[in-house]
This record gives sequence, structure tokens and C-alpha cells, in this order.
Amino acid sequence: MEPKFAKGGKLEKWNPVFESFSTLAFTPAEVTKKGAHIRDGVDLKRTMMTVIIALVPCLLFGIYNTGHWEMVAQYGNRDLPFWDHQWDKIWEGLKVVLPLVVVSYGVGLTIEFIFGIIKGHSLHEGFLVSGLLIPLIMPADVPLWMVGVATAFAVIIGKEIFGGTGMNILNVALTARAFLFFGYPTSMSGDKVWMNTLGDRLANGAENLDGFSGATALGDLATFMTDQATVAGQVITDKAAVMTAYTNNYSLMDSIIGNIPGSIGETSMIACLIGALVLIATGVGSFRIMASFFAGGYIMGILLNALGGNAYLDLPAHFHLAIGGFAFGAVFMATDPVTAAQTATGKIIYGLLGGMIAIMIRVLNPAYPEGVMLAILFMNVMAPIIDHYVVQANIKRRLKRLKTA
Amino acid sequence: MSEVAEKTKAPKEPLFSKKNRKLVTDPLTDNNPITIQVLGICSALAITVQVEQAFWMSVSVLFVLALGNVIISMLRNMIPSRIRIIVQLVVVASLVIIVDQLLAAFVPDVSEKLSVFVGLIITNCIIMGRFEAFAMGNKPGPSFMDALGNSFGYAWILLAVAFFRELLGSGTFWGIEIFGSSIPGSKWGLYTMGYENNNMMILPPMALIIVGIIIWIQRSRNKELIEDH
Repeated sequence: MEPKFAKGGKLEKWNPVFESFSTLAFTPAEVTKKGAHIRDGVDLKRTMMTVIIALVPCLLFGIYNTGHWEMVAQYGNRDLPFWDHQWDKIWEGLKVVLPLVVVSYGVGLTIEFIFGIIKGHSLHEGFLVSGLLIPLIMPADVPLWMVGVATAFAVIIGKEIFGGTGMNILNVALTARAFLFFGYPTSMSGDKVWMNTLGDRLANGAENLDGFSGATALGDLATFMTDQATVAGQVITDKAAVMTAYTNNYSLMDSIIGNIPGSIGETSMIACLIGALVLIATGVGSFRIMASFFAGGYIMGILLNALGGNAYLDLPAHFHLAIGGFAFGAVFMATDPVTAAQTATGKIIYGLLGGMIAIMIRVLNPAYPEGVMLAILFMNVMAPIIDHYVVQANIKRRLKRLKTA
Repeated sequence: MSEVAEKTKAPKEPLFSKKNRKLVTDPLTDNNPITIQVLGICSALAITVQVEQAFWMSVSVLFVLALGNVIISMLRNMIPSRIRIIVQLVVVASLVIIVDQLLAAFVPDVSEKLSVFVGLIITNCIIMGRFEAFAMGNKPGPSFMDALGNSFGYAWILLAVAFFRELLGSGTFWGIEIFGSSIPGSKWGLYTMGYENNNMMILPPMALIIVGIIIWIQRSRNKELIEDH
């Protein structure tokens, strides 16, 4: 089969397509012929597969959780036990998540193949991970065509323009999310999008149940900055009562396990941490970035606690690490080796600032309930500058040592 | 910065000579003020939300640049080079005030929407750039042609960007609904199938990205434009 695709063969143009599938399935047979080289089976494709394996817990939990909230919306019963009707929930979750995954991979890989054929190089592997990250950071109710458009935008404008995988300055999956976030805000956040079909149901005049709302923990928290806090659809004006109502609704344990509404793959801190273990154990993800990202978030949380004043500022710092997409962002987004800082010191600065900015945006700007996406994109842009100054500082220090010696 | 005016007596050449025609056609493509010289970007971001605004902006710039180039070109031998910027500013400012008043008189609703941006034509880099780089050193005829070329080069980019931003951001063209109506209760067209306008198209960054895509297409068609690093 291969000769047909080789140079001069009948299907020469399609060689990039053929090569990518064959190397994905089999380890390439080509070996360097001379000189000293490190022979290692870990090429870019294996690295990417490792990340995908690390994402599996998030994906599985996301499917189950999406199914759970879908059932909640169907029965209108917020107190539905989380671990009941497992098979129904998995089925409902699959119905939501699978199409998202298919659309994301379908659109993204098609564009990658087209660019591969135009430029005459083999398919870039980068999209293997981005294609799975994109559905995991979408709300359950997002229309599929939007996911397609956003994926196309992210791959073309976010990546191919800069020269393809390894050259992009922004995280591709976050670019897709940012595009939707600014382009179609009503479909990306608010209280109607986290459960599939809830929006339709309400639009068709279905009764919204007492004390029931589709808002996420962050959506509720964003109202804490004002005089009238809202928890699960109920307005509370007494500041002391706000925190109790909040923790009754979303306890710290809920946020860690992740059985709360939110984007598909990000709700569970445990699943994210399992992924983090896989990434750190295989050496694929940077421990420095993850640790400093969490540290940055925690430090900012403590600073805000010290500032105090209203219920949101008083929210214990460790809560911030568990809710929303913070853990997911720290583990899978900030550590993207292409867009993160490269130097060891740079990685720590990058992670610290990223975590701090994420919590700062989240708490202080009521227009953006979650700040992780914007913080990481911002740090992506800043990463080369951080690296530059780290390297310069190193050169300066060594020059000084040279002169004194 | 200072342009040395060549004062050699050239034989009188017709207004539409080959060289002069090039002055018009060049800025349209290979020497476009926005996509190649990257001038006048500010207004390309600010007033390209709707095609109508972009059109009137282009007309205003055409008026100011054409008249201004001719006036500066006629005055070029009288302007002391030390205060030339001030003289140029006085000319642009007077012309812009005239344009502003004309717009307010004849198309008041457009004038209201463009508001401060007409006044900001004074600071449009293309205008000062052409005065400095061309009108100060050339006769009125070629200066006029140069002004035409640059304004049209400016205009088509503006209109192209505005076309996509208005179509995808509001679903309209010149205020006419193309994709249907998204008003709840009287939805029709694409919106009944779940289509939504892209709010990002309304925001300035998208104008930058569309200009970027135009630059991308332009450079992939003409490899000479790609500068090496």
C-alpha cells in the first residue's frame, strides 16, 4: 500500500494523510543511520497519547456528570442522588458529549489535513490533544455548529497562521473557548447552558422549580460581590447567611468530587489530579507549572481574604482551587509545552502569575465569572517575555561571576 | 522624515500617463496604505462595524486627502520646512471641519454615528503620510492621483472589513437584514434554525484579525511582499 503514496506514486498528494495514520498506528521504521542520537520511542505522537490518557478520567467523569445534570433537568429534582441510575446517566451523558467530541475532531482534523496537503508536510499531531480538550471545556448545552466554528477559528487563526503545531503562541483549545465566550456569550455562560435541554425547556414555558437554577457555583459566587447574593436561584441579602447557603448548596467536597454543574470535563478536581499524576509521572506535564499555578491561586485567595468585605472576598482560599476550571486549567491548559514558559524559573513565575490573575479576574470582575481561561491566555502571551528576562538575568549573573573571578 | 523635493524641470506629462496611473493602482494592492504600510489602522478598527459608516468614512477620507494633497502640493515651495507639519495640520484640520459640517448637514444620522471619528481623520496617519511623502515633493496633478489611489486603497479594505463584520456580527448589509431577524417573537430566516450573530465580530479585535487575513491572502499571492527576518 505504501508505494502508492510515496513520491511519484499515484496518490502522492495524499501522502500526509497516509503517513499520519500509519505512524499513529505503528512506530515508524525509519532509524537514524549515523552519528550519536538518543534512540527513544517517545515521539510527539506518543507524548500526545499520554496527555489523552491523562484526560480520560476527566472525560469519563464529565460524561457521567453531564448525564446526571441532564436527568436533574428532566425530572426537575435537584436532590437526585448522584450515584443512582448510573446507566441512564452514562447514556444521557454520552448523547451530549460524543457529538461534541466528533465535531471537534472532525472539523479540526479536516483543517489540519487540508493544511498538510497544501504545505506538503505530514499531519501535525498537536490537534490530537486539542480536539479532546475543546469538548471538555464546553458547557453541555452549546450548539454543535458553534463548536465547529470555534474549532475552525482556533486551528486556523490560533495555530496554522503561526506555522502549525509547535509554533502557536496561544493555547488552541482555549482560543476556541475564548472565541465562543466573546462571540456567543449567551450560549457559553449564564444559568441555562450547563444542562442540556434546560434552556429549551424553559423557553417552552416549563415551570422552573423552586430554588432550582442551572447556575454554576461560580455563577452564584459572582453575585456575592453585590448587595443581593443569589444562591441556587434564591436571593439572600444577609451577608452572614450567604456563606452558609452557599456551602449547603456546593460544599467543598462537592467541588472536589465534581458533582456540580459546569463545563463538561472541568468540574471534578479529583479527575484532574489523577490526570496530573499521569502527566507528572511520565514527565509530559511540568510539575513546576502545576504547583506554582495552584500556589498562585492560593496566595491570591489569601490576599483577597485579607482584604475582606463581602461574601466573595471572604470565601476561604482553598475553595477557589476546587471550584470552576481552576484545576483543569492548571493541569491541562497551563502546562501546554508550546505556549508555556520554557525556562525552569520562568515556569514558576508563569504559573504563579497565571494562578493569581485567574483568581483576581474571577473575584474582582463580575462580568467574567471564571478567570482561568483569560489568565492562561494572557500568560501565554507573556511567556516569551518571561523567558527572555530569565535568560538575560542568567547571562548577567554569569558575566558578573566571570569578571570577579 | 524630510522629503527632498526634486525641482528639476520635467517635461509636461499628461494626467493619465502610465506613471500617474501607477500612482492610483499601486496603493490598491501592492502598496496598500492599510495592509502593507500599516497606516490608518485605528480607523479601520473603529468604524468598520457597519458598512454604511465605513462607506461615509471612506468618502470623507477621500475628500480630505484629495483636496489636501492638491493644496499642499501647490503650497509646497512656499512652506518653510521647519514649520511644515503645522502648515499641514492647519490644512487637514480645515478640510476635516468642512467634511464634518457637510456630513452633519446632509447625512445627519451617519454623522451622529461617526461622531468623533470624523474629527480624528486629522490624526489619520495616511493623510499626514501622503502629505509628507508625496505632496511635499510632487506637482498637484500626480498628488491628486496619489490621493485617489491611497483613498481607494484605504476604502476597499475598510469596506471589505466592514462587510464581514456587519454580515457576521449583525446579520445585515447596509442595515438590510440578510440572514433574517433575531428579534424574539418575530424570528425568521437562519435564526429559526439556531443561528446566532457572532458578538466578537462587533468587538475591535475581530477587525484586526480580518485585516490580518487580508494581509495573509495578499502575501500568499505576491511573495515579494514577505519581508525576511
